[in-house]
Amino acid sequence: MNKLFILAVFLCGSILYPRPAPAADAAHGKALYRVYCTQCHGLSGDGKGINAPQLSVQPRNHRDRAEMSARTDDDLFKAIKEGGQAVNKSILMPNWDGNMTDAEIHDVVAYLRELCCAGAK
Amino acid sequence: MRKVIALGGAALMTALSVTSALAAEAPASIQKDCAVCHQMSGPVSPDLAARQTRKGPPLFFAGNKFRRDWLEAWLQKPTRIRPAGDFAPDHAAKGPEGDAVDAASLSDHPVVDAPAAKQIADYLMTLTPNAALLAKEDYTPGRVSARIGAMDFVKFKGCSGCHKDTPKYGGFSGPELYTAWQRLQPPFIVSYIRDPAAWEPRTLMPNKHLNTAGIHKLANYLRTIGEKPEKAK
Repeated sequence: MNKLFILAVFLCGSILYPRPAPAADAAHGKALYRVYCTQCHGLSGDGKGINAPQLSVQPRNHRDRAEMSARTDDDLFKAIKEGGQAVNKSILMPNWDGNMTDAEIHDVVAYLRELCCAGAK
Repeated sequence: MRKVIALGGAALMTALSVTSALAAEAPASIQKDCAVCHQMSGPVSPDLAARQTRKGPPLFFAGNKFRRDWLEAWLQKPTRIRPAGDFAPDHAAKGPEGDAVDAASLSDHPVVDAPAAKQIADYLMTLTPNAALLAKEDYTPGRVSARIGAMDFVKFKGCSGCHKDTPKYGGFSGPELYTAWQRLQPPFIVSYIRDPAAWEPRTLMPNKHLNTAGIHKLANYLRTIGEKPEKAK
């Protein structure tokens, strides 16, 4: 009975206090973005990188507040890690799981939030 | 115009003009001169900053990567293989319609005379630290029709986002691939597609996690487009 009680408390605790998302570093995300993302999404994140004119599907404008606000952090994380097709978007968005760790991808997501929505609050 | 390569062609030719009696010293002089822009000993650093400041591809595994005869010829008449340079963000400039390659910021590779080119190619072919990676690949070059291959390259795998499979079509940030077959050893092509980060941590090439058949199909397409000029004869 004691063990069951302890287990119940533990489970309730886990539910009530879920593990927080890792603290993301937007500054590092910015550096990663420049290396991996700007070739298509643009130096300023406007979706007009050097590759964009040749793409059959235009890259996302990460400065578009309305568009970006419609996506959760999890959506963005999945798109970066697993590629566009994983979120029903274009194959032209690569999966970056071979190039960045999960923690780094979270950093990029944090930077994306700054790009689109800084000053909104 | 920012000079990425400080060493001029003339200086390089002088530096590399060694007599046969001094042939034993060639590797040291080649190492020194190439190291101005290329990493001549491994491993590739996993630091992001290292990739951002890189001036040219690493050469410490050149013997695993390049075809020797192509390399010797190219050194005598170098052409640009990466339309936006080795690190595209450094060579992009904002314009009214978006970013474009800033051609003025790109530097040409030094021209090397024939004797030095032969010497350099011979030396670089001795650099083979990743032979084990190549040994894992069992690839026999095959054929794929240009049309099917292009569909695969462009539509199914999205390679054209960064790479050109013709001089007129494809992305600017990756190396041109319509010459890949001439430049690169086939096992390297296959191995690199399979796991780019095994060769270069912080590579800008994603790992598409393709199966062997998918990788071989892409390699065969590079063969098809690479050999096309010969068919025109």
